[in-house]
Amino acid sequence: MSSTVASTGTRHGTLGTSASRPDGVAKVQGGFAFSSDMWADNMLWGATLRSPHPYARITSIDVSGAYEIDGVSTVITAADVPGKLTYGLIMQDQPVFAAIGDTVRYSGEPVAAVAADHPETCQRALAAIKVIYEVLTPVTDPEDCISGVAEQIHPDGNIFRHQRIISGDTSIVGAIQVEGTYEIGMQDQAFLGLESALAVPDSGGHGLEMYVATQWLHEDRKQIADCLNMPEENIRLVLGGVGGAFGAREDISLQVHTALLAMKSGRPVRISYGREESFYGHVHRHPAKIWMKHHADTNGKIVKIEARMVFDGGAYCSTSPAVLVNGITHTQGPYKCENAIVDGWAVRTNNPPCGAMRGFGVVQACFAHESQMEKLAVAAGLSPVEIRLLNAMETGDRMITGQIMDSVAPVAQCIRETDAIPLPPPMSQDADLRTIPGGTGLTALPSNIKRGVGWGVSIKNLMYSEGFDDYSTARCRISEGVVTIKFATSEVGQGFTMLAQQIARTVLGVDDVFLDTIDTQVGSAGSTSASRQTWMSGGAVQAACRAALEQLFDHVATKNSMNRAELEIEGTDIVDRLTGQRVAVLAAIDGVDIDCTEEYHHPATEDMDENGQGNCHVAYAFVAHRAVVDVDLELGLVKVVQIATAQDVGRVLNPLSAMGQVEGGIAQGLGLAVMEEIIVKDGKVRNPSFTDYLLPTFLDAPTVEMVFIEEHEPKSPLGAKGIGEPPCISVTPAIANAIRQAVGRELPRVPIRPYDICL
Amino acid sequence: MPVLIPRNVDELVEVFQEHPQAKLLAGGTDYMVEVNLHGRKPETMISLRQVKELTEWSVRPSQSRITIGAAVPYADMEHGEIARLVPALAQAARTVGSPQIRAAGTLGGNLGTCSPAGDSLPVLAALGAMIHVIGPDGNRDIDFVDFMVGVKKNSLKPSEFVHSVSLPIIEGWQGYAKVGTRNAMVISTASACLVRDIDEGIVTIALGSVGPTIIRARDAEAWLTKSTSLRAGADLNPAVAQEFGRRVALESRPIDDHRSTADYRRHAVGVLAQRLLTRSFS
Amino acid sequence: MSINLPVSGAAQSHEMYSLRVNGQLHEVKDAWIGESLLYVLRERLGLPGAKGACEQGECGSCTVIVDSKAVCSCLVMAADAVETEILTVEGLGPDGALTDVQSAFLSEGGVQCGFCTPGFIVAVHHLLENNPHPTDDEIRESLSGNICRCTGYGRILEAVRTVADQRRKNS
Repeated sequence: MSSTVASTGTRHGTLGTSASRPDGVAKVQGGFAFSSDMWADNMLWGATLRSPHPYARITSIDVSGAYEIDGVSTVITAADVPGKLTYGLIMQDQPVFAAIGDTVRYSGEPVAAVAADHPETCQRALAAIKVIYEVLTPVTDPEDCISGVAEQIHPDGNIFRHQRIISGDTSIVGAIQVEGTYEIGMQDQAFLGLESALAVPDSGGHGLEMYVATQWLHEDRKQIADCLNMPEENIRLVLGGVGGAFGAREDISLQVHTALLAMKSGRPVRISYGREESFYGHVHRHPAKIWMKHHADTNGKIVKIEARMVFDGGAYCSTSPAVLVNGITHTQGPYKCENAIVDGWAVRTNNPPCGAMRGFGVVQACFAHESQMEKLAVAAGLSPVEIRLLNAMETGDRMITGQIMDSVAPVAQCIRETDAIPLPPPMSQDADLRTIPGGTGLTALPSNIKRGVGWGVSIKNLMYSEGFDDYSTARCRISEGVVTIKFATSEVGQGFTMLAQQIARTVLGVDDVFLDTIDTQVGSAGSTSASRQTWMSGGAVQAACRAALEQLFDHVATKNSMNRAELEIEGTDIVDRLTGQRVAVLAAIDGVDIDCTEEYHHPATEDMDENGQGNCHVAYAFVAHRAVVDVDLELGLVKVVQIATAQDVGRVLNPLSAMGQVEGGIAQGLGLAVMEEIIVKDGKVRNPSFTDYLLPTFLDAPTVEMVFIEEHEPKSPLGAKGIGEPPCISVTPAIANAIRQAVGRELPRVPIRPYDICL
Repeated sequence: MPVLIPRNVDELVEVFQEHPQAKLLAGGTDYMVEVNLHGRKPETMISLRQVKELTEWSVRPSQSRITIGAAVPYADMEHGEIARLVPALAQAARTVGSPQIRAAGTLGGNLGTCSPAGDSLPVLAALGAMIHVIGPDGNRDIDFVDFMVGVKKNSLKPSEFVHSVSLPIIEGWQGYAKVGTRNAMVISTASACLVRDIDEGIVTIALGSVGPTIIRARDAEAWLTKSTSLRAGADLNPAVAQEFGRRVALESRPIDDHRSTADYRRHAVGVLAQRLLTRSFS
Repeated sequence: MSINLPVSGAAQSHEMYSLRVNGQLHEVKDAWIGESLLYVLRERLGLPGAKGACEQGECGSCTVIVDSKAVCSCLVMAADAVETEILTVEGLGPDGALTDVQSAFLSEGGVQCGFCTPGFIVAVHHLLENNPHPTDDEIRESLSGNICRCTGYGRILEAVRTVADQRRKNS
C-alpha cells in the first residue's frame, strides 16, 4: 500500500518534486570523491599486464625484469592467488590471471599485475615482464560454436546457454509473412569515470578495506573474498564515487587485482584504468544476430513469431545466460502474440567478453522486432502507428512465455501520446549548417538532405528474473534528533541518494535526512541495474522508514496521550486524525532512539522450462519513440533531429531526474543507431579509444520531446516503475526506421554506417 | 632532462642545435597523446610557448600573401581576419578536434605530425602553401608538396623547425569539407579543399585521409580547366561537376581501416569534390 | 637567455618547478617529465576537480583554463605550463560559494554521475565570458568537446541558457 506516501503534499524535497541531489554541490565544485580520486598515505599504483593475443597458450612468464626497476614493489601472477582462481557473476569461469600452461581467451585478458611508486614506473615494469605465448587460432564465429566445428576453448564448453521458447499453436501460418536477419554491433557502456579502486590492507594482514566504483558492493565482496581466501566479514567495501555504470560495473574488473596487490605488498594500492584499458577491462553489450519471421492475418494482426537469436558472449560467461533469456523472452515486443518458436543461443568465442549493458538483451530483440514491425506495416498496408496500435499489448495478455502480463501496460497510450507530439518544422533551406548532417564538416547544404520519420516501441522487464531473489536492504535510524538512512545501493549517477532522501522526507515528515556511507556494513541492496533500484531499494528505504515511523508513533502517542491508531504524517507534523492534535516531527524525534533495518523482496519468479514457459520476470515497463532524422543520401551522414517519446513510468518521483534519464538513454540509443561500435577483427579490438569509438557530442544530440504516462503500478512500493533502461531501447530502431524511410533500403544492421546508406 | 624554454627564434635555433634529439612542444595535442597512451618517453623537450614570433601572423598585401606562425592556435584562424582572407583554412580549423584542442593545436603541429588526416593539410596543399623552416643552415622555404613525403613523414632535417606557413590570398572561391561519422569533434574519414582562382581561371583540389599523403588531384584539375571556364562569371554544367567528382575519386588512394572502407572514402571524396566545385559557382 | 628547466625522469630527483594555479604558486618536486598538467593537478597539488577520462583530448573532462584559454589539461605537459596562469574548477567560485553556472547545473538537472561536470563547468564559464549571449547552436558547438554519457545534454543546454538569461537580466 503506497497511500501514506502518495497522499502527502508536494513539500519541496519530497516525492514528486525535483529535490536537490545530495552530491550535487560537491560534483559541480570538483570536490566529489570519485573512486579515481581516492588516495592514501604510502599508496602504490597498480597496473595490469594484458594479453595481446585473443587466443594463445602461455608457455612462460618471467617477472624478474620488473623487479629490477626502481620503485617496483610487487608483481603478481596466477601463482599468487591464494583462493579461488576464477571469478564471474553466474559461472566463475574467468581466471583472475591466465596461468602458465593455460590459455588466454581474449585479447586483453589479464596475465600479471604490478604495484609501484608511480604510474609510469608501472608501465615500465609491465614492459619488463616477459611472457611467451604459443599463439593459437581464435574462435570468432558464434555459428562455429553452435555447429560444434569450433575447438572447445574452455573446459566448460563453448555454449553458455541454449534456450527455446515453444508456445501456443506453432502450426499457424500467417496470410502475411515478413522476415529478416538483423545484426547489432558491440556497444560499449563508455561511462566517463574509468574503473578505479583503492585497497587498504589491515596492518595485521587479515583483512582489507576497499573503495571501489561498482554497481553491487556485496557481490564484489563475495567474489573478492573467494579469490583472496578470506572471510567476507574481513573485507569492507565502500562505494567510491561512481562516474556512470550502464552495466559495465556489474562484473569484477580490477577489484581482485587491486586487493591482491595490497595484500601482498602490505600497502594501500590504487589501480585506475585509462580509457584504452577500460575497453579491455569490462564487458560490453553483446553483438547479436537475430532472424525473425512474423506471421500476421490479412489485417496485420500478429498470429505467430519465429525467431533465432545468437548472442556472442565472448570469452567468459559474465551474464550471458541472463542476457539471452531477456532477449528471447522479449521477442514479441510490446505486442499481443501467444504463438512462437524461438531458438536462442549465447556462445563462447575468443572475442571480448560481453555482459550487462543498459537494456540487457532487450535492445537486441527490440531492434529486430521493430524492424519487423516496419515491414509488417508495409505488407499490411498500414502506417507504422496503425500496425503498432493494432497489436498493442494490454494488461492481462498471455505472453509467449505463458506469463500473464500483470503490470500496468499502457502500450497504446504510449504510442498515441507520442504520436500527438508535434513534428519539428521541415528543414529550412538556410538552416545553420552545424545542425544538418555532416555538421561542422560542412559537407552538405540543406538541398542535399532528405528527412525521414520512424517508430520504435518497446517492453522491458524490471528487476532480476528466473527465480532470483534480488532483495534490497535499508536501515533507518532516528537518534539525537537526526534521521539517518543507510543502504548499500550503488549511486552511479542515477540519483538514488536523492530519492532515498525524498522517501524519508515524505514518510517521516522531516526535511533533513542524513545519508550514511554506502558500504557493506548493511545488508545487500542488489545491483544497480535492471531498472530495479527505485523499486527495490526505494521499497527497502520506504519499509525501513515506515518501521521507524511506527515506533515513533508508539513513542509520540504515549508521550502526548494521542490516539495511536489515528496518527499520521501531515507535512512535517504528526497529526491525530481524531483530535486534530499536532506534534512537529522535529520535536517528536528529539530524544528518541529508533533503529530499523528492513529488507524488500519482490514477488517470486520462477525458472523457465525447456520450452521457455514460466513466470520468469517480475514486472514490465513500456515506451514509444518516434525519430525524425535528416540524411545526406550521397554521403550517408545522419543527424537525428528530434525524438518524441512517451514512457510508462508508473509515477514520476523526481521530474528533473526522470527527464535526465530519458534524455540520457536516448543519447545512448542514438549512439548505437548511428555511431557506436567496438570493432573486432580476428578477436582484436580495433578502436579502443575515444578517437575511434565515437560517442554522441552535444551537436549530435537531438531535441527530445517527452511525455510521462503516470498510471500507478500497484505492484511497486512507490507506484513507480524503473525508468533507466526503456529510454535507450526502442529509440535505436526508431532512428533506424527513420533512416530506412529516408533512404529506401533495408539497413538490417546497427550501427548504420555511412557506407550502408550510400554505397 | 630539461624542458628548455627559449624566448625568441634565435634562442630556439641555438637550443635546438645544442639538443638535436630534443622534441619541440607547441600545443602538445599530438605529442602528449603519444606520451599518455603510446609509451613515448620524453627526454629533452623544447617548449615553443614563449617564442612570441611563432604565435604571430601577418599579411603582405603587396604580395597578396598571409604568413601564419607555426604556433598560432587553430582557434585564432576560425574567425576574424585570417578567416576572411583564407576562409578554407578557417573551415578546416573549425573541424580540428574540439574547441579545447583548437585553443592549443597549431599548424606547426599538423606539419610536424604530418598525418594524412591532419585537417589543415589539404588547405595548405590546395593553396600551394610554402613552409618556412629554420635550421642550423639558415632558412628555407619548402613547397607543401615537398614537405609532406609520407604517412607521418616530413622533409625536415635535424634541428630544423617550422617557423611559419605562407599562403596566397586568392581572388575567387575556396572551401573545405570533411566527412566524419559525427557532427563535431571527429577524425576525418575523407576531406577535401577546393580553391577556384577566378583571375587565373584554375581550380586546385587537395584530398585528405584518402592516401599516404595529402593528394592533389592534378589530372582532374587539368581535365576541368579544359572542360569549362573557371573564370569569374562563368557557369557550371552539373554534368561537369559530376564528372569532376568521378575523376577526383579516381585519383584517391584510400585504404580500408577501422574508421571506414576504401570504397567509401573514394566515393565520399568524389562527392565532396563535386559539391565544393558546385559551391564555388554559386 | 633560455630558462633551463630541469625535470627529472627519476624519482630521486631534487629538481623542481612552479605552477601558478588559482592564483597560488605551487612547487612541483621530483616529477617525471612526462606528467601531464592533469596528473600534476590531481596527484601532486591536491586539486582533483579536473578529471581524466580519455587522456587524448576527446572528452573534455579535464578542461582547465591556461592563460585565458580553455584547454585539455591531459594534453598540457605540466613542466611546460610554468609561467602561465592556470584556473581550475576549484578556483571558480569565491570562498567556496557556487558560481551562477554551478547553481544552474544543479537547478536545471545538468548533473548525474558528475564526472564530466567539472570540465563542463569550466568550459561553460569560458564560453559565456567570450560569448555572453550564445544561440543554442553556438552552445552546442562550443561544448562539443565535452562528452557527457549520462544526460544526453538536454539539461546542460537548459543550464547554460538559464545562466545566459540571468546574466542578461542582471546586466
